[in-house]
Order: sequence, then structure tokens, then C-alpha cells
Amino acid sequence: MGYHLKQFCISLGKAEGRAAFRADPEGYLDKFPMSKDQRQAVINRDWNGLLELCGNIYYTSKLAAFDGINFQDLAGLMTGMGRDAYRKMMVNGGRSIDGNRYKSEWKDA
Amino acid sequence: MARITAGVGCSHVPAIGVAIDQGITDDDYYRPVFAGFEKSREWIKQANPDVIILVYNDHCTAFDSSVIPTFALGCAAEFQPADEGWGPRPVPVVKNHQILASHLAQSLILDEFDITIMNEMEVDHGLTVPLSVMFGQPEAWPTLVIPIAVNVVMYPPPTGNRCYNLGKAIRKAVESFDEDLNVVIFGTGGMSHQLQYKRAGLINPEWDNAFLDRLTSDPVGLAQMPHVEYLREAGSEGVEMVMWHIMRGALDDHVTEVHRHYHVPASNTAVGHIILENLT
Repeated sequence: MGYHLKQFCISLGKAEGRAAFRADPEGYLDKFPMSKDQRQAVINRDWNGLLELCGNIYYTSKLAAFDGINFQDLAGLMTGMGRDAYRKMMVNGGRSIDGNRYKSEWKDA
Repeated sequence: MARITAGVGCSHVPAIGVAIDQGITDDDYYRPVFAGFEKSREWIKQANPDVIILVYNDHCTAFDSSVIPTFALGCAAEFQPADEGWGPRPVPVVKNHQILASHLAQSLILDEFDITIMNEMEVDHGLTVPLSVMFGQPEAWPTLVIPIAVNVVMYPPPTGNRCYNLGKAIRKAVESFDEDLNVVIFGTGGMSHQLQYKRAGLINPEWDNAFLDRLTSDPVGLAQMPHVEYLREAGSEGVEMVMWHIMRGALDDHVTEVHRHYHVPASNTAVGHIILENLT
């Protein structure tokens, strides 16, 4: 399910892949027979959607790096907190385990 | 006879490698991270291992999703630091003890651990950051290194129990090697962290420290922990800690904890580190 999406993402770990994707995004994506939803999530940079569609963080992070987004800033996007609030949370000890063990503990889950 | 004398558990947070490479280990953010490793550097100088068996995970560097070995043993003469998208880390080439590595391959497979043999492999921060943490920035690594890469990136990773038993088999292999070698085994990764999705940033210091306690007091029970508990209590990437059981399984049943360091945060992660010595 996620194979071609992952292989697309990981190809951006190499300079050749990045150059080819930058030069012709649509043409480069054509080389990877991923689903329509996956392709759209790539185009939209829907970071959580990519994970729901069988992506994997160690792969999607290569797409983020292509955009100049590091792991911590990517977390800021995925959590919806934004970069500064996320970074501040980490400096203050991170997200507490209390209230975060089960989805049922989340009001909006 | 070769002997495993000690085990080292250590996070392999990429940001720690970046801090060393950029010379910012003494800034306010990183000082407390590195203060806890000063004793470790003294210790490893004294321990002076001939060989380190370094258990780590590759982060889609040597292996993308086309090939996913659960356990891969480095048998090449040397391993180049990989380019993970920002150029290779400026660290020395990792040199193997190829004869011991071949012996491990033979012994482990005949002991029914069907490992993958790597005769070519680049190594990423998972392997090089723990070396930098323990040795700083030497021109050449002062010891030979046998890499064992474990899949913890794609589900399912091996169970803690399987890892613990692999540690036992590694010990048996080392002890059946004729050369007189002092071997130290590293288990790397962890501690609590989640890099992805809405719960990213999770840290659980109580759980992490209980894990460190039980490495000494209850290693067999600890190895029975199911994956879901790592996910729930230590975050989705906390499951890397199954690799610590390989290190623990390779040691005596009773060990002495000679050093521990725990700090939050380095980037998105709780940094954990422990040194365990065999009593015999």
C-alpha cells in the first residue's frame, strides 16, 4: 500500500532525486505509481494524511527536508502547535504522558 | 578467548551528532546533555575495548522499503558514514573485525538466528552518534566495530524477547572465538520519543527510568514487554528500545550499573544512557 509513496520520499534523500523533483514535480511523481490520494497528499504536503495513507515518518521527513523543514518543525506542523509552541513544549520536558495514553482521553478524537 | 565485559545503552539522537560536529556542545541547550557523558568517556578509555558490537537501527539509509532485514550483521571490512541528506557526518570510517564478524555470522545462523549478512553497507547516525558520544572527535575510531542493524522502522520490529535471546547467542558466539579480545556491546536508540502525528513530542521520564532500573533488576521480565506498551508509554519511536535487550542479553544475569545519565530534551527526544559491567 505504501511502498511507492515511501520509495518516492526516500528518493529525495539523494541529490539527483531532489533535482529531478524540483525540475518537474508532476513528471517526477509519475515515476512512482502511488494512489491518487497519496499523490494528492504529497502535493498538498498533508503531513498527517501521508502517515494515514501508509507513509512512514522516516520517509515523509525526507519530503519535509526537501522543503527545508527539519524534524522538529515538522512535528510543529503535525501537532498543529506551530514551531515555537512545539519547541517550547520540548524544552519544558515534552508532552506529558498523562492524558495521552489512549485516544479516548482526547476530547476531539 | 574473546569475552564481553560490559554493555552500554545509549540514545542515538541525530541532534547530538550535529551538536558535536558543529562544536556547540557547550551551549546552554546542550551542556546538560553532554555533562552526563563525561564519565562515560573516562570509563571507555579505561575499559579500552578491542571490539564494539554496536546494535543500532538504520533510518532508511542503507535499507529503504525495498529490503527490510530484521537483523543485519555488518561483515564488510569497513563502513562509510552515509549521506542522510545533509552530507556525510565528518566522522572516521568505521573499521570491522572481519574475522570475528564472520564467526558471529556462522555461530548465529547455526544457532538458528537467520540474520542477513551485509558485505556492503553505509552507516547512518544510528551507529555513528553513539561512537561520537563515547569517543568525541578522534581522527580514527580507537576500536573496531561490528554493526548489527535491527529493523525498528517498519512494523513489526522483533520482540524484546527475541532480542534478548539474540544477545545470549551473540555472547555464546563471542566466547567461542579463540582470539583474546575485550568486547563491549552497545544497545542504542530511545528513550521515550514520538516523532510523528498529533501526539509528537511525548516524553515519559518515569517510564524511562523504570526501564533503566529493570535492565539491572529484572532483565528477563523487562524483555517480555509487548510492543504496545512501548508505543503507549514511550511513544511510537520508543519501540527502538527493544534493541537494548540485545545488549542486556549478552551480559551476565547479574550486572553492576556503573553509570546512568538521563536528560530531557535533545531535540524531540529523552536522552538515556547506562553502562553495565559484568561481575565476573
